[in-house]
Amino acid sequence: MPDLLNLARRVLEQATADEEVEVYVSHGRETSVRVFEGAIEQLETAESAGVGVRVISAGRQGFSYVGALDEPAAKEALIEARDNARFATVDEHAGLASPDGVEPPVLDLWREELVSFPTDDRVALALELERRVRSGDSRIRQVVSSDYVDGFGETAIATSRGIEVTDRQTGCYLFVHAVAGDGDDTQTGFGYSVGRAPGELDLEAAAVDAVDRATRLLGARKARSAKLTAVLDRRVTATLLGILSGTLSGEEVVKGRSLFAGRIGEQVGVGELTLIDDPTNPLAYGASQHDAEGLACRCNSLIAGGELKSFLYDTYAGRLAGTTSTGSAVRGGFRTTPSVGAQALSLQPGKLDQPEIIAAIGEGFLVQSITGVHSGVNPVSGDFSVGAEGLMIRGGQLAEPVREVTIASTIQRMLQHVVAVGSDVEWLPGAATGVTLAIDEIAMSGS
Amino acid sequence: MTLTDGSLTDLVEAQVLERVLHEALRRGGDFAEIFAEDRSSSSIFLDDRKVEELSSGRDRGAGIRVIVGETTGFAHTADLSEKGLLSAAEAAAAVAREGGGGVRKTALLRQASEHQQVRTLPSTVPKSAKVDLLLRADDASRSAGGAIVQVSAGYGDSRRRILVANSDGLLTDDDRVRTRLFVTCVASGDGGLQTGFHSLAYTLGYEVFDEHPVEEVAAEAARRAITKLQARPAPSGVLPVVLKSGSGGILFHEACGHGLEADHILKDSSAYTGRIGQVVASPGVTLVDDGTLGPNWGSLVIDDEGRPTQRNVLIRDGVLTDYMWDYLRARKEGRTSSGNGRRQSYQDLPMVRMTNTFLLAGDEDPDEIVSQTPNGVYVAQLGGGQVNTATGDFVFGMTEAYLIENGQITEPLRNANLIGNGPDVLSKIDAIGNDFDMSPGTCGKDGQSVSVGCGQPTLRVAGITIGGTASA
Repeated sequence: MPDLLNLARRVLEQATADEEVEVYVSHGRETSVRVFEGAIEQLETAESAGVGVRVISAGRQGFSYVGALDEPAAKEALIEARDNARFATVDEHAGLASPDGVEPPVLDLWREELVSFPTDDRVALALELERRVRSGDSRIRQVVSSDYVDGFGETAIATSRGIEVTDRQTGCYLFVHAVAGDGDDTQTGFGYSVGRAPGELDLEAAAVDAVDRATRLLGARKARSAKLTAVLDRRVTATLLGILSGTLSGEEVVKGRSLFAGRIGEQVGVGELTLIDDPTNPLAYGASQHDAEGLACRCNSLIAGGELKSFLYDTYAGRLAGTTSTGSAVRGGFRTTPSVGAQALSLQPGKLDQPEIIAAIGEGFLVQSITGVHSGVNPVSGDFSVGAEGLMIRGGQLAEPVREVTIASTIQRMLQHVVAVGSDVEWLPGAATGVTLAIDEIAMSGS
Repeated sequence: MTLTDGSLTDLVEAQVLERVLHEALRRGGDFAEIFAEDRSSSSIFLDDRKVEELSSGRDRGAGIRVIVGETTGFAHTADLSEKGLLSAAEAAAAVAREGGGGVRKTALLRQASEHQQVRTLPSTVPKSAKVDLLLRADDASRSAGGAIVQVSAGYGDSRRRILVANSDGLLTDDDRVRTRLFVTCVASGDGGLQTGFHSLAYTLGYEVFDEHPVEEVAAEAARRAITKLQARPAPSGVLPVVLKSGSGGILFHEACGHGLEADHILKDSSAYTGRIGQVVASPGVTLVDDGTLGPNWGSLVIDDEGRPTQRNVLIRDGVLTDYMWDYLRARKEGRTSSGNGRRQSYQDLPMVRMTNTFLLAGDEDPDEIVSQTPNGVYVAQLGGGQVNTATGDFVFGMTEAYLIENGQITEPLRNANLIGNGPDVLSKIDAIGNDFDMSPGTCGKDGQSVSVGCGQPTLRVAGITIGGTASA
């Protein structure tokens, strides 16, 4: 393994006294196997590494990166970042993170088992997943792809403010894309399982999920337009939390681009609604010891008992808002600068699981998946309108499948109309946790 | 890393490439390919009157693939030395464990491709001039009206020099320059905040701003935001939809184009599998993918497998004529690629992708199409969308839309989604205008993003579901 922190330090040595410099170095490897019809379709090994350098000089910020762990090239990136800074507008709030004394959580997110996992075993997992889906139901017409992917990532950050941190983690997943058919009707379903090591994957659950999701939508039709109670499947809730996190970004709030601006302390949701962002929980796939500026990760309470408690801040947004970072800087790798983001959102689970919630509400619509999230949600006005498919709920039971409808409301109304939070927590890849969520007064638009 | 202005074929010697291809096929295999790339890019972002950040970067490396029967092995490296390339070749060849195929020696024959003509390389333009461009955009948006309370604007340019060498003896290169600018405005009024977005993006150098003044882009974004201040909630239900020329090409790209990509076809995961020669759209509907179409955002001289791009007619007068092909899928079917093999970077495998995809103009007067629509929705700008290629089901956001009442465009509508099915929409087109326009987009597939162009004339779809909150 390359010594990332050492490289970061050597680049940092080039910093001059009148500038702040942050060197972010990352290295990762990903191996992916895709099988099709019992044979390997693709076997890829991808190693990516690079250095991103941020320079802040007299209140101006510049950034440059290079896609290699190459010391001379990284030092050139520093010179380029310094030059870029000359053209930025002076911003009194610009600055790197200062060590704030918060101790980082001690997390073990690395599994040596994954790093030494043999290629033949990777292939075997993907083949077995495909086989189980194909044989899972006679209406499975095609398994478009069955993938096993694993990888590790390590990062180092060194700054002229004295931050020196490293993080590393492993992860893997199985993913299968199934197509079910019945006559002229075609439906698709995805199944997956995630883990930090191959031994944590649940292959059977991924297979069953893909088969169920594809076959249970066969025969789906457009439903009649109606106001109803929507029961969001766990993955749909995770997507919704992702949207919500954008509106809880302190930077968006202070810039007036969030519907929650100026509403701290208000009752924004029902009493059952408690939302935290907790990257210190090792069960979350967004868990980390440090955020993307090198500060300790911490558990942030966003909504408690329906009351809006706080927003998320990185160093810049914190200064802009007259507060401090909540350790919520995220970045998309060495090619970008940090920004505010949630890392591990989760709703406090309730008492009932999904079947119990369905039985309790009696009539409604189980939303299996939603589409058009980016075009259909406005974080400023709160307007929410997305495409949906799923199953009607009648008499407390799942009934006929539905497709090509939209569900619409506003984020504000949805939070006030939560009727149940499930007990069925599912840790998912990405920054949000899945749990069943029932919301009433949703406008379904169909025929 | 030293910057060179020569082509990549000067950077990596042909003999080195031949030795690397030899290594890639040492254990057998049907085909090996090296894709090398040197990409430099820069971007500037302005927000709330402040130039927040100038960013620039450099990525250089090569991806090597080996095809053995139905299996592809792939590995990449950021090290363009012979040692680095050989080690990637060895990793890519790991799929050829069984041996067989026989060792082949490749003699590369360089094929000159005529590179895109660029008048002003963005890298030669002072950073201060690019910053000034964004400040002018900010001024122009704010001068559109006092309701504009926030402006953000972004500028980006990229230069990608690529090289493709393969075991069929092909050696070719390309030099691609792209420039883009976008403006987002927020307007404030009694009904709350509304946003407006407009962008320009071309396969051109900095000269793009001579023809397309930044002020026009900024004014258009501001107009959209201000217009929506008066907007009422969109209706809910099925209504006729008139798409303004250039507004909705993305819909046909997403909901029809993806289903015509040969990788989906060969896996029987497209609604269009096995339907060549059949009527799949209304009469008069002709769908084309054309990577040679001038400086549009999806244009390419050669694709990322070294094949010259071409004009591919996919649907002619309502009848499905062909799919789009890359090397791998064409090889399976014993035909040639249609020049649609693309990849995001050297770190990715190529796959079938669109370039510029558009519906050809018809002969109706766009104004008459509106006046002959008693009630419906007029879409002037579509935002992002999503499609399930296996079923053709799609969702798109309307980011500028109006009610049509008694044949007249009346009130603006708040953003809402359109939802429907691609094949269904193609057969419900009942009016095609004699105008035409294109717009740029970014297409994501299997985790890779590429730049594409989308276009259509003004046209009417007899009915699409509008996902608004008002009753229709």
